[in-house]
Amino acid sequence: MAYVMRSSPSVQSGSLAPHSSASSVSSSASSSSYILRLGALNSQRSGRLSITRRAIGTANRRTRKPHGVSASTSELVAEKPSIKNALAITREEGLILYEDMVLGRSFEDMCAQMYYRGKMFGFVHLYNGQEAVSTGFVKCLKPEDYVCSTYRDHVHALSKGVPARAVMSELFGKATGICRGQGGSMHMFSKEHGLLGGFAFIGEGIPVATGAAFKTKYEREVLKNDKADAVTVAFFGDGTCNNGQFFECLNMAALWKLPIIFVVENNLWAIGMSHYRATSVPEIWKKGPAFGMPGIHVDGMDVLKVREVALEAVARARRGDGPTLVECETYRFRGHSLADPDELRKPAEKAHYAARDPIIALKKYLLESGLVDETDLRSIDKKIDEIVEDAVEFADASPLPPRSQLLENVFADPKGFGIGPDGKYRCEDPAFTAGTAQV
Amino acid sequence: MAISFMACHALAGTQSNINSTIYCPSRHQPLVSGRLDVRRICVSMRAAAEKGHTSAASLPGIPRASKLITSAVAAKSEATTSSPSTKPGHEVLLFEALQEGLEEEMEKDPRVCVMGEDVGHYGGSYKVTKGLAEKFGDLRVLDTPIAENSFTGMAIGAAMTGLRPIVEGMNMGFLLLAYNQISNNCGMLHYTSGGQFTIPIVIRGPGGVGRQLGAEHSQRLESYFQSVPGLQMVACSTPYNAKGLMKAAIRSENPVILYEHVLLYNLKERIPDEDYTCCLEKAELVRPGKDVTILTYSRMRHHVLQAAKTLINNGYDPEIIDIISLKPFDLYTIGNSIKKTHRVLIVEECMRTGGIGASLRSSIIDNFWDYLDAPIMCLSSQDVPTPYAGPLEDATVVQPPQIVKAVEQLCQ
Repeated sequence: MAYVMRSSPSVQSGSLAPHSSASSVSSSASSSSYILRLGALNSQRSGRLSITRRAIGTANRRTRKPHGVSASTSELVAEKPSIKNALAITREEGLILYEDMVLGRSFEDMCAQMYYRGKMFGFVHLYNGQEAVSTGFVKCLKPEDYVCSTYRDHVHALSKGVPARAVMSELFGKATGICRGQGGSMHMFSKEHGLLGGFAFIGEGIPVATGAAFKTKYEREVLKNDKADAVTVAFFGDGTCNNGQFFECLNMAALWKLPIIFVVENNLWAIGMSHYRATSVPEIWKKGPAFGMPGIHVDGMDVLKVREVALEAVARARRGDGPTLVECETYRFRGHSLADPDELRKPAEKAHYAARDPIIALKKYLLESGLVDETDLRSIDKKIDEIVEDAVEFADASPLPPRSQLLENVFADPKGFGIGPDGKYRCEDPAFTAGTAQV
Repeated sequence: MAISFMACHALAGTQSNINSTIYCPSRHQPLVSGRLDVRRICVSMRAAAEKGHTSAASLPGIPRASKLITSAVAAKSEATTSSPSTKPGHEVLLFEALQEGLEEEMEKDPRVCVMGEDVGHYGGSYKVTKGLAEKFGDLRVLDTPIAENSFTGMAIGAAMTGLRPIVEGMNMGFLLLAYNQISNNCGMLHYTSGGQFTIPIVIRGPGGVGRQLGAEHSQRLESYFQSVPGLQMVACSTPYNAKGLMKAAIRSENPVILYEHVLLYNLKERIPDEDYTCCLEKAELVRPGKDVTILTYSRMRHHVLQAAKTLINNGYDPEIIDIISLKPFDLYTIGNSIKKTHRVLIVEECMRTGGIGASLRSSIIDNFWDYLDAPIMCLSSQDVPTPYAGPLEDATVVQPPQIVKAVEQLCQ
């Protein structure tokens, strides 16, 4: 299948000096336009390019006209004169999206509070500012679909349906946590909700996600289950895109046409390392076509744009047409983790993205389009506040894991602890999991 | 990348059920110039053995054969768990035994699949998966690109979501590239997920020192992985236990690393026709005795058996245990032996530092200190990257004469 790739000016010129790349990103950012630079994202049947037509830009709707592109701007970015007549979402969908993003934001804010009060420990990485990506993608999925994340996983867990109580308990290290307190902030897993992790090392979750997608293909083709169509979404950051596992998995996913979507949450910073200082070709979406899959660049601060891309990518994967690479331009409002002083990022950059807060933008859109009114949103805000408060209370009241839990989950089959000097399996000793027995 | 390697390894008369003195290379593997030479080596070894030829080996790398006792071990007929069957059974080479085990499990459970480099169309670089891709299809016997970390991770993700993959490392050394996935995800994920996800994966492949394969193809990864919590490790050494361990590992809900050895793939043995597995946590009593307990695994088992003939001729009565389970250790079988003999010699191919022997030694001291009459001796490989030159390579690995000497020293 041939791909048509729309080039951006910087590609045409062939020189990718940092300043030119930076300007192409920031110009799209500053103009608040909604240009999508696309590798072909289409269905085999129609052969047409699908383009986001609707947007919720903020003040300025000026479109930036790219030169050197084969199609005219109007084809790329069709601005409908009466946007109110062509709404991207229904009222119900809008409320779901709003609620999910507010849940993510409130939860993370509460995490920060709890951390500074000494209720949670270690490395905690908050998602403030990136909610549109999680909500935009995860709310397109079915319960059987899989999500695979990184250490910045609280909001992915919440979007996928893991109860706020279970996540908060896990962060407090209590036995009622989603992983019994054994995982912590960076290792959220939920078999029930299809959350495959929660990984501390960047890149190590991508192969796991690829494996889940492989399983779908296996189920269809080897186990002959036609109904198997679970899609996997792998979230990771810009820093990960320089890691070998990223490229190895792009190759395998495209090679075997696995039903997976690689979502890059490009927030421009890997702790203190700017994306432009670490990457020879900063446009991550361009790396998709190099491996034989579409590469999409979308405004990750705009949940409706993300959702539109997500719907198409998920549909593509579910059809069996293979993987997609989606680069979401987004930003984290807080530091890398709660331990990060965040001194390297310029205030101007932070202010720029703060002005593009995805929740405020969606709120504005919903109100302006008349889908909802203030009371609806305020009641959601209140509901979320209660959920988060309840989660904290629940976590506070939950017990810490008992000593007897220490060795319980080391092996799925505890015979793996072996045979002791007395000839019996060690796990047959009731005191064993408390770690009092010899290992 | 390792090329398929045929070894002629003189293993003069081990157990009665392991066929003949010399093992000729597999007929499946045509080596243009090599085959003829190896045959010649085989023939002249046999001749030398029969003559009781004891002069320095004119054949590089072949251990010196002293007066051969072909039936010393076989005399102890109450011996072993290794081949209990009185039914006729069938003869196989070790790689065929692995293949049989794999094939039987794949037939039984459609979720069992294989992933690795050249496992499909090529049949596996040591022919363990030969014919399986034709039978089960390209998806069940998946030829992966050369990306160990990623395809091991992919196998882990598939295992988490319901499949039962077997990952083949073309050489165990290549799995160093997969260490991230093996340690973090394979070993730890069941725990960090609070028991929600199981990883019923088998990681297997050939390792150990071969015949002048060079340092990087001659690694022993058992010592590198032994500390990873959540992993089980077993090492096969005969066709019987190879098939049994393969099947048991596939059926296990735990992640299991199955260590095979490059030089053992052509061992021949008669194995039972019926379905059987070997316990993943039990050691194998190879030869009962009363003077000294020799603990060993994988290829060194055969060096120990070779040395045993000399020892028996010299009047010693060694008890030989193949520990099979490298993690966890079967302290029951080992303990019973120590309680009988009070002397322990560990013979391993791992490096001395941080090897399996080092762990085993400390386990024995923790548990059986009072039963020891002498310090535990441990013979390991030198802490050296395996050299290419033949004599140097021999010197890095424990040879039978060293084992004889160690036992004599221990039993003074």
